[in-house]
Amino acid sequence: MNGLKKYIDKIKPNFEPGGKYSKLRSVFEGFETFLFVPNTTSKSGVHIHDAIDSKRTMSVVVIALIPALLFGMYNVGYQHYLAIGDMSAGFWMMFLYGFLAVLPKIVVSYVVGLGIEFIGAQIRGHEIQEGFLVTGMLIPMIVPVDTPLWMIAVATAFSVIFAKEIFGGTGMNIFNVALITRAFLFFAYPSKMSGDAVFVRTSDTFGIGAGNVVEGFSGATPLGQIATHVPGTDMVLTDTLGNTLSTWDMFFGLIPGSIGETSTLAILIGAVILLATGIANWRIVLSVFVGGYVMASIAHIFATPTYPGSLLTPLDHLCLGGFAFAAVFMATDPVTASRTTLGKYIYGFLIGVITIIIRLYNNGYPEGAMLAVLLMNVFAPLIDYFVVEANIKNRLKRLKQGGRVNE
Amino acid sequence: MFLSKKNRETLLGPLSKNNPVVVQILGICSALAVTAKLEPAFVMAVSVTAVVAFSNVIISLLRNTIPNNIRIIVQLVVVAALVIIVDQILKAYVYDVSKQLSVFVGLIITNCILMGRLEAYAMGNGPWESFLDGIGNGIGYGMILIIIAFFRELLGNGTLFGYHVIPQSFYDMGYQNNGLMILPPMALIVVGCIIWVHRSFNKDLQDK
Repeated sequence: MNGLKKYIDKIKPNFEPGGKYSKLRSVFEGFETFLFVPNTTSKSGVHIHDAIDSKRTMSVVVIALIPALLFGMYNVGYQHYLAIGDMSAGFWMMFLYGFLAVLPKIVVSYVVGLGIEFIGAQIRGHEIQEGFLVTGMLIPMIVPVDTPLWMIAVATAFSVIFAKEIFGGTGMNIFNVALITRAFLFFAYPSKMSGDAVFVRTSDTFGIGAGNVVEGFSGATPLGQIATHVPGTDMVLTDTLGNTLSTWDMFFGLIPGSIGETSTLAILIGAVILLATGIANWRIVLSVFVGGYVMASIAHIFATPTYPGSLLTPLDHLCLGGFAFAAVFMATDPVTASRTTLGKYIYGFLIGVITIIIRLYNNGYPEGAMLAVLLMNVFAPLIDYFVVEANIKNRLKRLKQGGRVNE
Repeated sequence: MFLSKKNRETLLGPLSKNNPVVVQILGICSALAVTAKLEPAFVMAVSVTAVVAFSNVIISLLRNTIPNNIRIIVQLVVVAALVIIVDQILKAYVYDVSKQLSVFVGLIITNCILMGRLEAYAMGNGPWESFLDGIGNGIGYGMILIIIAFFRELLGNGTLFGYHVIPQSFYDMGYQNNGLMILPPMALIVVGCIIWVHRSFNKDLQDK
C-alpha cells in the first residue's frame, strides 16, 4: 500500500498543469482518489470531517450488489440446464455458464458508460465523477439474460448522456440512470425485454452447455404468466417445466427473470449491508415494502379473475419480479429520492403502491417497479417542498401561540 | 442576387440565426406530432409555408385598414380561411397523408409561428417583404421538421419516405428498429439535440 502511494506521488507532477500529461489530469485524479482518500479539506467555516465520500459510498453499494449478482449468475446457469434437461451439470458448471453469460454485459455496460464519463470529463476539464460505478453494475442486473450486447451499449450511452450528463453529471440527475437505461430498452426494443423467449437462455454460451430444449418448456416469468393468463383457468404460477412454485421458491429465487432480481433472499443480504453501513435509508426500504404489501392486500381482498394478479397473496407479490430489487437498490438512490424524513416515508410508500397498481391493473406492463420508481423520481422534489412548507406553517402556528419555535 | 440586402436577411434569417423552432422555440407541438415519418412532415412543412406566406401577404395588404382592437380576430379569419383551403387540397390530392396528419392540419391555425409572424412582421411591412418573411419562416420551420422526421423514420422504421434503406443483412445480424423513436418523447430529445448542435455552431446564441 505504501509503495503504491509512493509511486502515485512520484508520477503526480506529470499530471499537474504544465506537466507532460496535463491533459489526462482528470483521469489521474479519478484513479488517485479512488485508491486513497484525498487530503484536501475545507479551509473555512465549520465542517464535520468524515472518511466517507461518494467513492466510498459507491463501493459499498457495489459490494451490497454482489450477493444478488452471484446468485443471478448461478440462476442463469441453473435455468439453462433446467431448460435443456441436463441437471447433472453440477453447481460449478451452472455457475460458470451464468458467469460467462453475464460477464460480457457487465463489461459492455462499464466500458460504454465510463468511456462517456471519461471523455466528458476530459472535454469539460472536470474531475471524473464516480456515479457510474454503481449504475454500471445495476444495468446488467436488471436486463433479461438474452438482451443483445449492442442494445445494452446503445441504451447505456443514451441514459448516461441524456439522463445524467445533460443534467450536470453525478448528483444532479432527476431520474435514476440505471432505470432510464432499462426504460429505454423496454420501449425501444420490447421484443427483447418481455415475453417468454428472453429470460432463459436456451442456446450455448461460448460453446458451453449446448443442448436441446426439453418438451413442455416455457420461458415465461411468473409475472409474464400472470399477464398472459387465460381467464377461467386456475391461477397457478409454475417454473419453466410446469412445476408449481411456492412462496419459498419465489423468495429463494431459482425462477426465470432479469439477471439480478429473482432472488429476494440475496437482495435482502445486500439490504442488510446497505442498512448496516447507513448508506441506504431504512425508511425508504421499509415504506416501499409496506406500500406494496398494503396495496397487494387491498387488491387481494377484492380479487377478481379479470385481473389475475390480484389472486396472488401479498407476500408473493413482494417476492416476484423486480419489487425487492427496486425497493433496496433503486428507490434508495439518494440523488433521486426525497430528502426530508417524512418525505421518504411518502415517497417509498407510493412507490410500493404504484408498483402493485401497474402490475395488477395494467395489461400492457407485467411489471411496474421500474415505472413506479421513475414516476416517483419526478415527484420527489414536490413531496419535499410540501413537507418543508407544512413544517414552516406548523412552526409559525406554534410561534403565534407563544410556544418555543426551536423544538 | 435579385434581392436587396435587407430582403435577403428577411428570407434567410429564419433558416438559422432566427429559426422559429430551434431559436424562438415556437411550433414545438406540431414538430413533435407529425414527425414520426418523413412524408407527413414534408407535407406539413409545405402546408405551413404556404399558409404563413399567403396570410402574411393578405394581412400586409390589409394592415392599414384593420382597426387595431380587432386585429387578432381579423388575422384569425384570414389564417382559418387559408387553412381550410389547404386542408381541402390535401384531402383531394394526398388523402392518405391528410388522414395521418388528422387534426394537425386544422391546428396550423393555432401554430404560434403564424400569429407571431403576422403580429411581428406583416402588420408593419409591405406585401413583398411579408411574403419573403413568410416563406423564410415556413422553410425554417419545415427544415427542422424534416431533420427530425429523417432521424425518427430512419432509426424507428428503417425507412425513408417509406422505402427501406437499412439493408436486410443488418436485421439478419440482429439489428432492430428502435421503437422509442416513434414515440413523441424522442422527438423532443431530437429537437434538443438539434438545438445543441445549432448553438455550438452559433456561440452568440448561447445563454451566458
